[in-house]
Amino acid sequence: MSSGDTIFREYRISDAERSDRSAGDRLRHRQKVRESIRENIADIIAEESIIGKDKDRVIKVPLRGIKEYRFVYGDNAPGASQGDGDSRPGQVVGKTGKDGPGKGDEHAGDRPGVDYYETDVTLEELIEIMFEDLELPNLERRALREIQSDYSSRRKGYRKVGIRIRLDKRRTAKQRVMRMLASDKRNDAVARALQESKADRELDSDVEGALDEIAIEEGRLDEEALAASTGAALQRVHRRFPFHQNDLRYKHVEIDTKEESNAAVICIMDTSGSMDTMKKYLARSFFFLLYQFISTRYRNVEIVFIAHHTEASEVTEEEFFHKGESGGTFISSGYAKALEIIAARYHPSLWNLYAFHCSDGDNFDSDNPAALKDAEELAGICNLFGYGEIKPLGSRYYESSMLNVFRRIQAPNFHTVLIERKEDIWPSFKAFLAKDRVKES
Amino acid sequence: MSAAQNAAGAPRIAKWNLSDLVEWDRRIRDKAAEFGLDCYPQEFELCDHTGMLGYMAYSGMPSHYPHWSYGKSYEKLKTLYDHGVTGLPYEMVINSNPAIAYLMRDNSILLQVLTIAHVYGHNDFFKNNFTFKSTRAELTIEAFKAAAMRVRRYVEDPSIGVEQVERILDAAHALSWQCRRNLAIKKLTPLEQMARAEDTAQGQPDPFQKIHARKQIETPDFHKVPLEPDEDLLLFIRDHNLFLADWEKDLLTIVDEEAKYFISMMETKIMNEGWASYWHKKILESLELEQGLHLEFIVNHNQVVRPIPGQINPYHLGLKVWEDIYRRFTNPTAEEIKRDGPPVKSGTEKIFEVREVERDASFIRRYLTEDLMREMDIFEYEARGEELVVSKVADEEGWREVKATLINNVGTNSIPVMKVEDADFGQNRTLYVKHYHDGRDLHIEYAEKSLNYLQRLWGREVVLETVLDGKRSLLCSNDRGFSVRALK
Repeated sequence: MSSGDTIFREYRISDAERSDRSAGDRLRHRQKVRESIRENIADIIAEESIIGKDKDRVIKVPLRGIKEYRFVYGDNAPGASQGDGDSRPGQVVGKTGKDGPGKGDEHAGDRPGVDYYETDVTLEELIEIMFEDLELPNLERRALREIQSDYSSRRKGYRKVGIRIRLDKRRTAKQRVMRMLASDKRNDAVARALQESKADRELDSDVEGALDEIAIEEGRLDEEALAASTGAALQRVHRRFPFHQNDLRYKHVEIDTKEESNAAVICIMDTSGSMDTMKKYLARSFFFLLYQFISTRYRNVEIVFIAHHTEASEVTEEEFFHKGESGGTFISSGYAKALEIIAARYHPSLWNLYAFHCSDGDNFDSDNPAALKDAEELAGICNLFGYGEIKPLGSRYYESSMLNVFRRIQAPNFHTVLIERKEDIWPSFKAFLAKDRVKES
Repeated sequence: MSAAQNAAGAPRIAKWNLSDLVEWDRRIRDKAAEFGLDCYPQEFELCDHTGMLGYMAYSGMPSHYPHWSYGKSYEKLKTLYDHGVTGLPYEMVINSNPAIAYLMRDNSILLQVLTIAHVYGHNDFFKNNFTFKSTRAELTIEAFKAAAMRVRRYVEDPSIGVEQVERILDAAHALSWQCRRNLAIKKLTPLEQMARAEDTAQGQPDPFQKIHARKQIETPDFHKVPLEPDEDLLLFIRDHNLFLADWEKDLLTIVDEEAKYFISMMETKIMNEGWASYWHKKILESLELEQGLHLEFIVNHNQVVRPIPGQINPYHLGLKVWEDIYRRFTNPTAEEIKRDGPPVKSGTEKIFEVREVERDASFIRRYLTEDLMREMDIFEYEARGEELVVSKVADEEGWREVKATLINNVGTNSIPVMKVEDADFGQNRTLYVKHYHDGRDLHIEYAEKSLNYLQRLWGREVVLETVLDGKRSLLCSNDRGFSVRALK
């Protein structure tokens, strides 16, 4: 046995606090996760699972680019492990893709699959990341629609003047130290002062009394008062170096006003017999994005669901997406209903209106002129009005389309998109919002 | 670093104080000395669970350079711990002089005693096993600290910054295990390699050279870089990529040094854990514990060294083999005497010899017997479609192959061997690396990404020769992307 006693280092709270040394690396890791999500956002939102979920819901997002790659063996490398006593050839002991049978032990870089490549994010976070990416247009808001609603105050910078309650003692003390360092003659005294009052914090408490005096006297330099109240640390310096009015720093606070802004999202969907589950799913994804996006822009957002076949009715979300109807289609009926609801509840001077209509474009020809007229009217009062034609699986080649009809609408805030696959949703959504941006500039 | 896992759950209430630990430590040290263990001075640090998670994320090092992967590792450990999937280790020891071990302050006194004894086992192993001779234990802590300070300085340097540092570190981490495995074998300098090439070219001296025609000596090509295939990928790039800045070279050195420090751990995981378990058992049995403590000891000991079906528990396998060696040299069966001859040295002498000169691969090859394999029911499995299926068991015809597979999966044998063959392939500074294929194919997605990293560090095209599905193939990574070509 070697000489020398074993050393035991007792647990100390201060060590435990210091031991959170991974904080910086964790932060950096989370930044990378976020970057990775942003890069793959189009794939993620095309995933069925996130559409129409509750905001606080935690979802699993597959991650790329955050794995740590090494050269490892693939699937054709056999492994060895221990059985429970009567293993026989041919017995199934696990699944591939996992690290060996059972849970697997952790050799560094042993096999692929030990790396987790999913992360949990809340839907809200995801939406935030999603729209961060979008170079958000500042949506149009007319003056009438803005009502000052909210006062809040937030800190913004520091000032040399201010009221006593906002005095920032730490900064003030720092200023004094800086001034002290700047004056050459004092350098020896400074060195001593710094040495004796090792930490900033000590200095802080030492000078608190002195600062009070200054504040009361409104900055007038009362050396006697200072000498009496300055703490022991400063007393020990050969010559005192009192606070000067220029050292004082006050926190500055700014009043923030926010505008109350209302928006209504009007979702109109064709629920006629020709709209099957697939088409409804695509429509739903689009509405979901629209609603989430509008929600990030306005404080108060309401959503209206209008389902139409030959007649239109306002329905609940549940009915909107799940109830199937049958029969033919009068698109104009949906638009008329929307206009009616806007007139009754959402006056355009108070509400920012976003309307979007999804259909498979299979309208009765006789209805087209009426639909066109109503669409123009809707475009007139809405901030943005869009029409999305949903034609999955190449059905646009044999079904009729409204895109040609709507081409005649001149309104700059009207936009049509064609959605054929779920991958189209994100690009079409971006294109739809781009319309708004173009109009503004 | 080594860690014994605590079973999930069951918070324990600690009813002891530091002087108890000091007293127990004295008794354990006396016992360890009596048994002949030869240790570095030991330091213990008590920590709580966050501290322990922190040490685990950074491989036990008191200071370590920053990189996001350690944040990821911490989050992962914490998630697993919070959800009760895994427990925390009772202890963690690092190979340094003095050896440093962390003890969980919430553990009961028995667990502390058990872990202290276990730690002395590791400590002795670190000091005496040949694989650790290349790690300079007295410098470990300082070396890691110095590396951490340098990396932090590069991160804070406005002309470098975290992005640039990560660009190098990400790539270097991907390649860090592609280094020499047996550090006891000296690496030849280029001059020595040249001398050796010259010797080889001259061939054997011919005793009858007076009557023979003078043999033609072919001069070896001394311009070839590298002269002999080089396993140290990072170091090779550091020395041969002329466009790397000093700080980039330094990062490669840091990562390489750390990998080599941990190679020894990796190479001796089973021996080391088995050795520590062997000694904690012996020491605790000799301490004459009171009955309550003794029962607690048996429960915890069995928990640590139990077989885990579907895995290889290094504590279990290691302990079994150590005990078997001791038994065969102390009290062999008649059959064993017939097969191996009577033992020439005592069991104690033998195990101390083995702990000095073996590593996992040789330890298993030499000392894991057929009987023991059968007793432990070690089998070989392989992937068939979606499933992992038992392909061979340790019966009379299969045990050798099962053992070979096991050996192939311990220590650095689980890492593909790659060597730089040519730094100027096709006369355009393409780096030619060869994978020494042993029947196991590379995971192609991982190979692609890792090769991209290699290209990032080399700065020009890199190609990797390997075998995919029985065909010799060349994986290329260059500015146009990644491609796979079949070779004739």
